[in-house]
Amino acid sequence: MTREYLYYPGCSLKGSGNPYDRSLRAVFGTLDLRLEEIADWNCCGATAYLSVDADTAVALAARNLALAERQDGRDVVAPCSGCYLSLTKAKVSLEADPALRERVTAALKTGSLDYRGTARIRHPLEVLMTDIGAPEIRKRVVRPLKGLRLAPYYGCAILRPYEEVDDAHTPTVLEDLMRTAGATPVDFPYKSRCCGGMLTSGVPGIGLRLVEILLDAAADSKADALVTTCPLCQYNLEVFQDRLRKDRPERLPVLYFTQVLGLALGLSEPALGLDQLLWRPALAVEVRR
Amino acid sequence: MTEAPRTGVYVCDCGFNILGTVDVPEVVRYAGTLEGVSIAREYKFMCSDPGQQLIKKDVHELGLNRLVVASCSPWLHERTFRKTAADAGLNPFLFHMVNIREGVSWVTADKAAATEKAKALVRGGVRRVALQEALEVRREPVNPDVLVLGGGIAGIHAALTMANAGKRVILVEREPSIGGNMARFDKTFPTLDCSSCILTPKMTEVKDHPNITLYTYSEVVAVDGFVGNFEVTIERKPRYVREDLCTGCLKCVEECVYRDARFPNAFDLGLAKRKPVYVPFPQAVPLRPVIDPRDCLYLKFGKCKLTCVDACERDAIDFTMKAEQVKVQVGAIVVATGFKTFDARRKPQYGYGVLPNVYTSLEAERLLSPTGPMEGVPRLKDGALPKAVGIIHCVGSRDANTNAYCSKVCCMYSLKLAHLVHERTGAEVYNFYIDMRTPGKGYEEFYKKLLEEGAHLIRGRVAEVTNAALSKGERGKLVIRVEDTLAGFVRRIPVDMVILSVGMEPQADAQAVRRTLNLSCGSEGFFTELHPKLAPVSTATDGVFIAGACQGPKDIPDSVAQAGAAAAEALALVDRGMVEVQPYAALVDETLCSGCKICLGVCPYDAIGFDAEKKVARITEVKCKGCGVCVVACPSAAIDQRHFRTQVIMEEVAGVLA
Repeated sequence: MTREYLYYPGCSLKGSGNPYDRSLRAVFGTLDLRLEEIADWNCCGATAYLSVDADTAVALAARNLALAERQDGRDVVAPCSGCYLSLTKAKVSLEADPALRERVTAALKTGSLDYRGTARIRHPLEVLMTDIGAPEIRKRVVRPLKGLRLAPYYGCAILRPYEEVDDAHTPTVLEDLMRTAGATPVDFPYKSRCCGGMLTSGVPGIGLRLVEILLDAAADSKADALVTTCPLCQYNLEVFQDRLRKDRPERLPVLYFTQVLGLALGLSEPALGLDQLLWRPALAVEVRR
Repeated sequence: MTEAPRTGVYVCDCGFNILGTVDVPEVVRYAGTLEGVSIAREYKFMCSDPGQQLIKKDVHELGLNRLVVASCSPWLHERTFRKTAADAGLNPFLFHMVNIREGVSWVTADKAAATEKAKALVRGGVRRVALQEALEVRREPVNPDVLVLGGGIAGIHAALTMANAGKRVILVEREPSIGGNMARFDKTFPTLDCSSCILTPKMTEVKDHPNITLYTYSEVVAVDGFVGNFEVTIERKPRYVREDLCTGCLKCVEECVYRDARFPNAFDLGLAKRKPVYVPFPQAVPLRPVIDPRDCLYLKFGKCKLTCVDACERDAIDFTMKAEQVKVQVGAIVVATGFKTFDARRKPQYGYGVLPNVYTSLEAERLLSPTGPMEGVPRLKDGALPKAVGIIHCVGSRDANTNAYCSKVCCMYSLKLAHLVHERTGAEVYNFYIDMRTPGKGYEEFYKKLLEEGAHLIRGRVAEVTNAALSKGERGKLVIRVEDTLAGFVRRIPVDMVILSVGMEPQADAQAVRRTLNLSCGSEGFFTELHPKLAPVSTATDGVFIAGACQGPKDIPDSVAQAGAAAAEALALVDRGMVEVQPYAALVDETLCSGCKICLGVCPYDAIGFDAEKKVARITEVKCKGCGVCVVACPSAAIDQRHFRTQVIMEEVAGVLA
């Protein structure tokens, strides 16, 4: 049965997070999940915008939701944690604050848009594991990733504060996905700690230290790769390895969960954007064997 | 009513409580102009002796036949002024009290509005009292026996106090043994005396007392009747071991086909195992085993070698036992049903149930008990002694996300646990507290002693307990992350074991008990006393008293003191021998009743029956509490209530709105 969703890629997936976009589309396609990109979508209003100018930030997010509602009101898949959080936060704020809702509705009216608050915002990890579910996915696995040790890393925004994807303190859904793909999740108590976020460029003294903690812990856990659910986490964990791990020769591949599942579903490396990763070769050989 | 009303109206200043907001002279002047009012007066304190004398004098000199006092809530002084009326020779039900303090002066600062409202309420009162009728208080004999619900330390103490006063006491306990939570503890604060050593003599005394009937493994399922004359239905769960035949030799436990204990023992909070046939702990009273039908092979599958039956020389094992109900009559009930501890899983950041070696404080009590799963020496899962232990205070307490209230006992028991853990294991102990609260005799001194012993006390609410190490020293440890608010920075303290000092909560089934006994409770679910200062163990239901932690978090000394108080109040009631029953019962006008039976369903006291012959509802007066629900439910307006007749209420409303 084909399931249909609206797709809100956000800026990351159109840029540095392109491997996430490719692997997500490939995996969804294989599993009969149809994604239709929201026409004329704009910035989700992520990061500092909400603290600087809440009305505009919420209106930006709400415009995307209003577009989705106009398109047909299917669930909106937002793969980037930042987008997922911004859109959800906007929706919740508009429900809780009638005055804000009035201002934002008026702003959207000038663009002939009507915000009703009916669109549901989903993260693809939760869509895969809820709408299809592990038993169904397992039937489609053609290349179980036997022996592959993976460290599950959720980051912050898909868990906190809304807990729609999983329990904020002890999430397990990513581990479930890894097992479904035939891989072995390692015990990784750092799985919902901070990746450094924007601090890696803004306040590197703190931001890079946070990245280093995660890389050290992943190395100690003897994981073959870290698996992320967010383009910013993936970026932080991947690109600073040269700088942070000068004295160690090995580099740790940092994969998207969609790439992991895609490999198990038998999809090709280019189709999953694995060729775009900085540290891929060791893993790729490992998997093919 | 034959006589024309000659009403006296007395408006109280209550010092400045009423006078400060209400223009009392104006209310008095106005009252004097109302129809039927013979005299209206102001006085500083109507409830005082001279105030009451004033009323009596007027009744005699002016021949008053109705009285209205406008003052405080009837809860406080209705009884006072009814007595004044009676002393003056009037029927006390020809008096009406108007509340212009709690209902007027205390709820506004607007003098003009307050004065207007006071006048309106007095007007309603004057019109109402003119229609009131003389009624007689009924006197009913009191059954001298008492029931105590709950066999923890509070229930035990209340039962013994009353039994020693010569009363027959029925003590009902839900668990297979009495003793409650106190039986779980090794030592008690602040004296560190052995909990069992001071508790077990009292448990044995209960068992041997000629005046106490003990029903363990039993629950109260229904309470009928009224103050002085309750009928209580007790359900006795089947033990499958006949208490009367068993001698407590425990051979059945020894010889059970299960060689090893493999089922979690609830008394040890699941930390230790038991067999399907077991006694919860060695000093259990009564020392009679129980067979758990969920675990016993014979009760589950009907097949077993029945080695327990062979082992029993007294033929006490009886698999045919069924739950049975016992009805008892008592005059008073003491409720001492205790508490449960906060579920630490509700604070997931502390890792309970996820990380190894994280325990609740109640579990720690069992780990420290010589009869517990670790024989009194807490060890880690790998068998090693902990080198460092963290005790986190206020888990679930003083927390907007869980319980807002302070659980009162946790600071002290946490210090006690710190002392015992250090004594048994030699571990460094870190206590994390928000505020240290140690009011009580010898409590502050105990805190000081702990400081001198070298316990580490860190002020700050713990952010999390994690096994995510950031340095070599933290590997394999539980790291406690906390803002040390005295030092002014964030600390990470690696420990081997964490104890979560969980707060006290109402029992899981407190609401069911509340409904059975018709008690009230606060928002947090603890049973409410009649008055927080002046009637601390009485309840809104006459004849039912509360003691111990079912009323709110409490330590052992406070529970025992309250149990003694509840016992004394119950004794005062049953020794009086008589209770007065207010004549507020509802009455059915049989000529109007259509026999629809709607009232039968709405009565919360089961006081309405049906006369099948006449096809009319019939109210049992002794059971009727005068709540008035049936009056408003009756579609034929066939039910009226004494002292609150529809006509009287409508007249009062008309007066207020006039």
